[in-house]
Amino acid sequence: MDFAIRTDHLGRIYKIRGGKKTEPRQLEALHDVNLEVRHGELFGLLGPNGAGKTTLIKILTTLLAPTSGQAWVAGLDVTKDPEKVRPRINMVSGGEASGYGLLTVRENLWMFAQFYGLSSGESNRRIDELLEIVGLADRKNTKSSDLSTGLRQKMNIVRGFLTDPDVLFLDEPTLGLDVGASREVRRFVRKWVVDNTDRTLLLTTHYMAEADELCDRVAIINQGRVLACDTPATLKHRLQKEAIFRLEVSPLNGSGPSLFESLPGVRKVLYRAQDGYSVLEFILEHDDVLGGIVNTMTTQDIHILNLQKHEPTLEDVFVDLVGRSMEDVESSQDEETSPG
Amino acid sequence: MNSELAESVRQARRPHKVEGWQLFVRTVYARAYPRLIGQQREKSWMFFDIFLPMMAVSAYVFIYRAIGAPEEYIGFVVIGGAMTAFWMNVLWNMSSQLYWEKEQGNLALYIMSPSSMMAVLLGMAMGGMAATILRAGVIILLGSLLFHVSYAVVSFWQLFIVLVFTMLALYGMGMMSASVFLLLSREAYHFVNLAQEPVYLFSGFYFPVKSMGLWVSMLASLIPLTLGLDAMRQLAFPGGAALGFLTVPVEIAILIVLSALFLVGAWWLLRYMEKLAIQEGRLTESRR
Repeated sequence: MDFAIRTDHLGRIYKIRGGKKTEPRQLEALHDVNLEVRHGELFGLLGPNGAGKTTLIKILTTLLAPTSGQAWVAGLDVTKDPEKVRPRINMVSGGEASGYGLLTVRENLWMFAQFYGLSSGESNRRIDELLEIVGLADRKNTKSSDLSTGLRQKMNIVRGFLTDPDVLFLDEPTLGLDVGASREVRRFVRKWVVDNTDRTLLLTTHYMAEADELCDRVAIINQGRVLACDTPATLKHRLQKEAIFRLEVSPLNGSGPSLFESLPGVRKVLYRAQDGYSVLEFILEHDDVLGGIVNTMTTQDIHILNLQKHEPTLEDVFVDLVGRSMEDVESSQDEETSPG
Repeated sequence: MNSELAESVRQARRPHKVEGWQLFVRTVYARAYPRLIGQQREKSWMFFDIFLPMMAVSAYVFIYRAIGAPEEYIGFVVIGGAMTAFWMNVLWNMSSQLYWEKEQGNLALYIMSPSSMMAVLLGMAMGGMAATILRAGVIILLGSLLFHVSYAVVSFWQLFIVLVFTMLALYGMGMMSASVFLLLSREAYHFVNLAQEPVYLFSGFYFPVKSMGLWVSMLASLIPLTLGLDAMRQLAFPGGAALGFLTVPVEIAILIVLSALFLVGAWWLLRYMEKLAIQEGRLTESRR
């Protein structure tokens, strides 16, 4: 079968230079990644910051060579035929400041369209059309340096779609945008995929709801490894046979979640201390396990303030696969990389 | 049948894209555009690129007049002052440009596009050159009017050839150094600073380079402006030839060789740099 994107045992190791007296160390950004993305699919790569999403996109967009394995985009090997891959792709990254501030929105977009060989007439026609769709038509003669972050990102989004790529890579496209702007971007992306059924879109995000809302299929990636790959519904369905409860209780006062982890039937416990109370999230093998938890709380004099059972989300899937929430993974990475 | 029809309609709606030399030409023009339009929108260049060089020119003119130097020296200084605009343009807007493009996120988009990086660099060079010709022209015009410089051009054709090959070699050098500077990351800024003032001295921007002696002048000739400036002075002023470093035909020949060397060097280095950057992951990771 012919895939829009395919990777075969793809790996990438970075050599990070140390100081004058320290040896360079190696960072494995991708490990044995095997993915198959079908034509016309909106495929999501979901993972915390530093999971390897951007590295994978860089390899697929011919900006970075893999250290092992192979990757194909539109049926072409990205390492052997980068010149043939490039006319068929485009990329938009969240928070990018590409283009030139002195140029207007229209001029910046026209310039990038020229690099793909579009005529000026065709470029301007498509620019007008796309600016209208994203609601930026009234700002087309504004210098891009005068745009807000949200409007600038809309301009970048238009840049990506302007050249009508076979495969479009969106790397955290809603990063740093407010709720309204993010929603508009998502709506535009979804509509584009519906209107262009033969085009493929690969989206990376660390926003679970975004992946859930937009993507036909999702690959969950952490520490350079693909942990699961399926439709959001199927991924969540894996947890539906389990029971997920969220409890707000009186402060645990040091006893922490370890109190419950060893109870039979408890698969995962997440704990968060709040101002004046504690939040516990349980993934249980079945509903009946909750009885044992409540008993333990009673014996420990822990009062239940609120109890909710909820449908699994991709966040729960991530917790189930990694053992920690995405937020926890990101904050532990921050601690590891912070100086001192 | 309906799906086939829908597919052909979709294909017909796809934008037509040119390839090959047409794509190359479009890229050159598109990348030159920000430079051409930029000077109309950012007027501060009038102060930094005309007023400041004019002050340096004036200082030398007053010194030469005070010590009773030959009148040709006044013209030498005015032309030298005009040429500083090109040197600054090559340093700040060519050599260090790819580094800034990387920081801004444009470099990845250039490389990822089907166009060649050589076309992008050529566009930068041509846009910068066109914008700088205007600045240099204004300095020559103002300097000539203010200090009553009189010209006696020996050969317009030779002058034109000197100007063309000086620009080709100079911007070829700028394109070549852009690739090298890309690998230097933040140090690029210090190198640019370091290269600015010494070249004014060694290339003889404000005096005949011959005064620096044979060896220094020969070494300085690696920078195309040295010979270009010397040849222009010989061709534009009556007593210029007597103060020249080499004869004009020899200087033209060297400039032609330098042009070829630097342009081929730029092409080769750019390919090498792109390959290296993609392998090491340094193309977009400035801090890695």
